[in-house]
Amino acid sequence: MSGLYKAIAALGGWLTGSIYQLGAITRLFASILAQSGAALRRPGLVSQQIHFIGNYSLVIIAVSGLFVGFVLGLQGYYTLNRYGSEEALGLLVALSLTRELGPVVTALLFAGRAGTSLTAEIGLMKAGEQLAAMEVMAVDPVRRVLVPRFWGGAIAMPILAAVFSMVGILGGWIVGVLLIGIDAGVFWSQMQNGVDVFKDVGNGVLKSFVFGVAVTLIALFEGWNARATPEGVARATTRTVVSGALVVLGLDFLLTALMFSN
Amino acid sequence: MNAEAHLSDPLLRFDDVDLGYGDFTVLSGISLQVQRGQVVAMMGGSGSGKTTLLRAATGQILPQRGTVTAFGQDIAQASPTQLREVRQRMGVLFQQGALFTDLNVFENVAFPLREHTCVSESQVVSKVLEKLDAVGLRAAAHLRISEISGGMARRVALARAIVLEPELILYDEPFAGLDPISLGITAQLIRGLTDRLNCGSILITHDVAESFAIADQVYMVGQGKLLASGSPDQLAQSSDPYIHQFLKGQPDGPIAFHYPETPAFNQWMQKNGGRR
Repeated sequence: MSGLYKAIAALGGWLTGSIYQLGAITRLFASILAQSGAALRRPGLVSQQIHFIGNYSLVIIAVSGLFVGFVLGLQGYYTLNRYGSEEALGLLVALSLTRELGPVVTALLFAGRAGTSLTAEIGLMKAGEQLAAMEVMAVDPVRRVLVPRFWGGAIAMPILAAVFSMVGILGGWIVGVLLIGIDAGVFWSQMQNGVDVFKDVGNGVLKSFVFGVAVTLIALFEGWNARATPEGVARATTRTVVSGALVVLGLDFLLTALMFSN
Repeated sequence: MNAEAHLSDPLLRFDDVDLGYGDFTVLSGISLQVQRGQVVAMMGGSGSGKTTLLRAATGQILPQRGTVTAFGQDIAQASPTQLREVRQRMGVLFQQGALFTDLNVFENVAFPLREHTCVSESQVVSKVLEKLDAVGLRAAAHLRISEISGGMARRVALARAIVLEPELILYDEPFAGLDPISLGITAQLIRGLTDRLNCGSILITHDVAESFAIADQVYMVGQGKLLASGSPDQLAQSSDPYIHQFLKGQPDGPIAFHYPETPAFNQWMQKNGGRR
């Protein structure tokens, strides 16, 4: 009986804890949005963050994009070749990247590279009393620290996803056209005819923006609520990657169902 | 209220204040005030609640009882805007410096100017270099925070606390980690700044010699209350055993060196008894 009681109590505790976390992250999101107007009047702070978050993630995104493109080119060719449709390789690579792999893989890499760095930075600022110092100086840390980083992440993410897809298509072209020998004209014209700018590319950009908002918000929330100790910051960065990845995959399913259903 | 009366009002006032965290009270029945042009030293042993006093003065914690008034504004009753206005008139030197690690030395000192004033870039440069010069770090303006020593970091934090030339400056352990030369210069800087700006300065410190040399008024806290107050001379001549022990740094007396045993500790010891 006591075992059952404990199990129900644990479930209840987990549920109320989750609801509390959801409420806390929603409040932080609302607070960031409410402060955005004032903070965005200093665009230098946001562009600095776009540079920090975007530029430093560029190499890992570009290299990953290239290899994903190589693999897509190879796997796509092996499969399409069975049905004699290898000329559709360009279309397959482009649609896979712009609709799904570009936004999703970029968001997962973004959570690992930029998300952890944001969480650690905010957590260490908290541990070093920097956020408290800002507050005592009558400067709102949400406005000065979180808002520029939030918009920096939200803006950098679609750009990084576009770079990923572009380099991935080049990877597919290198494998399909240069190595396997598919006709270059067919490769590009199939892609040109089959990819819709708004439905495919536009929705991909929208997806990556949503992922950017979600991952950056989670990273900032975890840093903001990290315990001000080395162990607390380490745990918070781990939570950023785990929660960020799960939220991206969950949101991807929802957005795909909404965007691409007939 | 005329301007003269306004100027004679205390900058900071604690009226029968109890301070603590949650249900735990650190200090009770504290009454003190800081006037313009006055250097006030708050002294007491480690963990006696000196930093808690500073937190109450800046509105980081609210009193459990009594009122804390800064510039005539009751901190507990202040709206967020009023609290921001009060804080803009204060400068705070934090115990750990609390420098912004993503900015270099120059930008750290320039931070309050950029956030609260609309001065031109050339004025920012001139004011920041002037303050860095006062703490002897003009030539360190370009360095990153990770490239400077602990003592230098405290001096940068001091420059940042005074860059807006506030009406009330709170220094949490301003002499900690400084070499003897920097310590003497910093003490004179605090005294000189207080006289020149006619501002109030609160030193939270253990350093008896330096703080007695520049303070007008000393408050001593311990055992959860305000133990004594007066001019440095009055305290130096006091026969109170607590004050005597603290000022002379003697091992025997009413201030215990050992942390007192608590029921939680005894319980922990019982659990870990086998490992003793």
